[in-house]
Amino acid sequence: MNQVSQTESTSAAPGGMTVSDTDVAIDVVGMHKWYGDFHVLRDIDLRVMRGERIVIAGPSGSGKSTLIRCINRLEEHQQGQIIVNGTELTNDLKRIDEVRREVGMVFQHFNLFPHLTILQNLTLAPIWVRGVPKAEAEDMAMHYLERVKIPEQAMKFPGQLSGGQQQRVAIARSLCMQPKIMLFDEPTSALDPEMVKEVLEVMISLAQEGMTMICVTHEMGFARQVANRVIFMDQGQIIEQNEPEAFFSNPQHERTKLFLSQILH
Amino acid sequence: MSIAFVRTDMAPSQSPPTRSSGLVGWARKNLFATPVDTIFTIIGVLFLIWAVPPIYGFIFPTSLGGNAVAPGGTVEQCRVENAGACWAYIAARFNFFIYGFYPISEYWRPNIVFAMGAVLIVPLLWPAIPYKGINALLFFVVFPVVSFYLLNGGVFGLKPVPTEQWGGLMVTLIISLVGIICSIPIGILLALGRQSDLPIIKTLCVMFIELWRAVPLITVLFMASIMLPLFMPQGMTVDKLLRALVGVTLFASAYLAEVVRGGLQALPRGQYEAGASLGLSYWKRMFFIILPQALKHVIPGIVNNFISLFKDTSLVSIVGIFDLLNTVQAASSDIDWASPTQAVTGYLFAAFVFWIFCFAMSRYSLFMERRLNTGHKR
Repeated sequence: MNQVSQTESTSAAPGGMTVSDTDVAIDVVGMHKWYGDFHVLRDIDLRVMRGERIVIAGPSGSGKSTLIRCINRLEEHQQGQIIVNGTELTNDLKRIDEVRREVGMVFQHFNLFPHLTILQNLTLAPIWVRGVPKAEAEDMAMHYLERVKIPEQAMKFPGQLSGGQQQRVAIARSLCMQPKIMLFDEPTSALDPEMVKEVLEVMISLAQEGMTMICVTHEMGFARQVANRVIFMDQGQIIEQNEPEAFFSNPQHERTKLFLSQILH
Repeated sequence: MSIAFVRTDMAPSQSPPTRSSGLVGWARKNLFATPVDTIFTIIGVLFLIWAVPPIYGFIFPTSLGGNAVAPGGTVEQCRVENAGACWAYIAARFNFFIYGFYPISEYWRPNIVFAMGAVLIVPLLWPAIPYKGINALLFFVVFPVVSFYLLNGGVFGLKPVPTEQWGGLMVTLIISLVGIICSIPIGILLALGRQSDLPIIKTLCVMFIELWRAVPLITVLFMASIMLPLFMPQGMTVDKLLRALVGVTLFASAYLAEVVRGGLQALPRGQYEAGASLGLSYWKRMFFIILPQALKHVIPGIVNNFISLFKDTSLVSIVGIFDLLNTVQAASSDIDWASPTQAVTGYLFAAFVFWIFCFAMSRYSLFMERRLNTGHKR
């Protein structure tokens, strides 16, 4: 990944700073979540500023995915507050849809719609959620397909594409809604090793444009290169967070040290 | 010897090895592959030799080397010993089998309905033909209304024909088409309702489905035609055919709901989540993402239901509605055409008509399955 060179760390604005509310993209305050009796997320406090790139790492079952799925309400939290773009997530369906319109999500298993062509996958939501005219939506879709470097696949079906291509389409599909925030849920975990890079490159270029991003990933190289902040989770809690350099070179918590020693050989 | 190896030239792609082809090759592979296969082949051939000639002789007229009496023949020919099927009888009573007791002078009305239906349904089912929207509007809204007034009469100076006089294939087609078309939306809504997070809707849907599925269709029809009027206020009547239609439709939708639910459950959760994460509302998610995939998965089950519904319409004869089978049965006691093969020929004819429609549905569903397959498994 060293080919994509410069990492910019100018816009770093770690949580806790006093800033105006419009600069806050996501504010999670004292949030808890249970699956039945199981306490999956405990006392989560997380403030994400506009333009911030955050990588969430941690062992499997630590609640990383659940946390970002709470941010667009694919999962419901039971206690505490989640405020996204100034809208607090409650049971109000209108608010949920409002938040989801502005928050893109990329899944581990792509979740493209297999019965629609690539172009239809990209234009469905702009047309039916934003009310964009069809021709305009298609222009925009082609624009984003060019950005992820597969405009020639527009008329194919998802099943005809490789995993890496499908994931790039999934990113383009989210971008077509022109979201303010992008959530990535292990976007490269289901890919063949040869295809990881093409997806990461798209994500890096997004980061360089200043997209607010939260990525759950095991790609530590990506974290080093683009993240403003790395968050380490275990047992449903945020154990440690720091700037990537400090996080990797000087982890504080025992659990973090153990985790890093396991994954960095 | 070194273990190091570097490929210098890539192996080219070759065509697969040819096996012995042609008729002999096919027979060797499919009929005589093993001694057991050979035995079964011989038994099969002997069975065909034993069974086919008598069946052929019964069905085909004398001009084709059989014993059947062709349309236009006389009842005397049908009464000859060893006579085959009495097709002359079918031809003579054909109108009765198609229209029931509908007045002969008014046959043009059902004929127009048949023609309209055919003209509208063919382009609707043919994917390459455009204007599906207006076609669907004509077929699902205009056609039923026009057909009703045309068949029932009483407007525009048309002679009223009460539904008691409707019959034959016409009634069979009306009941099954109405049942099929109305049960699709109701069944889908029930299936979605059963998956709903809203407890009241879910409970109502579960109760409806479980109630209708647990009752035999005959019971439903009896209830509709005999019990229902007892509970109605004095002087208020609902048409018998309409009651049967409602009964059949609700019965079919309960079954369809469970088939559709199977399709909904087969979809990975990621499809629901991807739709939700794009901000699509529940109904848009269902309409654009979930249902197209779920229904495609369960086409065989849905068509199975439709075929079974089509055949089950013959049960309405029990409550005195003259569907195709009932007209055939009624005609078989016709003294004018009394002959040893009269009843058998009638039932053979009914079976053939049912088979044509069911087979067409089956083939069409296979066609749609192939056409809708965008899986492109690599």
